[in-house]
Amino acid sequence: MTRSLEANGLACSRGVTRLFRDVSFHVAMGEWIALRGPNGSGKTTLLRCIAGLTQPDAGEVRWAGEPVRNAVARFHADLLFAGHLPGIKDDLTAEENLRGALSLRGVCPEPAAIRSALAHAGLEKRRNLPARRLSAGQRRRIGLARLALDPAPLWMLDEPLTALDDAGQALFADLLARHLERGGLAVLAMHHDLAPSPARVVRFDA
Amino acid sequence: MSVAIARPIVPAAGGSFAGGFAWSFGRDLTLAMRHPGETMLVVAFFLLVASLFPLGVGADPQLLARIGPGVIWVCALLAAFLSLPALFATDYADGSLEQMQLAPHPMVSWVSGKIAAHWIMSGLPLTLLSPFIGLQYGLPVDVLGVLAAALLLGTPTISLLGAACTALALGARGGGMLLALLALPLFVPVLIFGAGAAEAQATGLSAAPHFSILGAVLIVGAMALPFAVCAAVRIALD
Repeated sequence: MTRSLEANGLACSRGVTRLFRDVSFHVAMGEWIALRGPNGSGKTTLLRCIAGLTQPDAGEVRWAGEPVRNAVARFHADLLFAGHLPGIKDDLTAEENLRGALSLRGVCPEPAAIRSALAHAGLEKRRNLPARRLSAGQRRRIGLARLALDPAPLWMLDEPLTALDDAGQALFADLLARHLERGGLAVLAMHHDLAPSPARVVRFDA
Repeated sequence: MSVAIARPIVPAAGGSFAGGFAWSFGRDLTLAMRHPGETMLVVAFFLLVASLFPLGVGADPQLLARIGPGVIWVCALLAAFLSLPALFATDYADGSLEQMQLAPHPMVSWVSGKIAAHWIMSGLPLTLLSPFIGLQYGLPVDVLGVLAAALLLGTPTISLLGAACTALALGARGGGMLLALLALPLFVPVLIFGAGAAEAQATGLSAAPHFSILGAVLIVGAMALPFAVCAAVRIALD
């Protein structure tokens, strides 16, 4: 089955400020596109518009050729979204946070798979610590383990490299490369350059 | 390095009402177990305030038996209200709420799960403790039973109404104050018929009409309010 993400003429404003208008792009299988622009130019809002968290003023999003509006549940089943806020509960351990985030999306991997993904993300010794005792980068690494285990074909990530060290950034690039190899798609808002280079760049003006 | 990530891309399992309900219900209960202080606070508040009244108004048995059901109901309302602000606010602040909204499950499923978990941690313990509080007011045994039964029917409505109000106040500054102004007036009908049930029983009338009304309010609330909560959460996340 071929999947593609298409945005046609998206426009969104916040209050009286018009953030962007007439944004159109197309992502095919095995491609990722980068959203670039200065802070406050609307990258996050565009991601939220596509994901369906924010209603755009105009335009439409199509997933696998079908308007998302008509099949929200199907689109969400295929979508892995990670915004600014990681959705991590301080009182749960790293492992519980990971398992919870996956099972919310209907993914229930073997405990061994969870453990190995956490180990790969560098959290082997910390998997039973409450998340409140993890550093910002280690919390981000829970998100990396989630990327490794969730089979969602579409990733939409907002600044995925924030707070990650060099090894963490390399790990992310590796995960992204594998995701694309398997025919995955990704829309990433970020400033850095990555090893699999983006198929297209959507630029925002301030 | 090799990890278990070399799987083919397969569509994730579709969402279901039961899946979403079980997920949020289980998670909220787990979180409450990790932090028993919050549930304990609700119970302690209820026990303390309800026990202060007999000390304050004096030990006149007739007066205590007369005001008992009403006082216990008001204390239960305020205690349940105490735990309301955290129902959605923490999930909103740490990003869990948007993850839930983007899950394949219908939104109303995990919203209902959260409300049910809130009731388990507030309304249910208060209902179970109410007969013991009633003893302090010298209520007869049959009135104690009616009081507990009325709380059993009324407190889920409190959780439902409170959830709708707290979802509306999400993201607003001074949300706690707003929540009190929004929610407490809405609790009034439940309070009137809830306390009225025990009073009717005490004066020798039938409590059945009160139960019927509480039950009807609960059914309508359970059918409609989760959808209202969904609408409010959607607005807060927009």
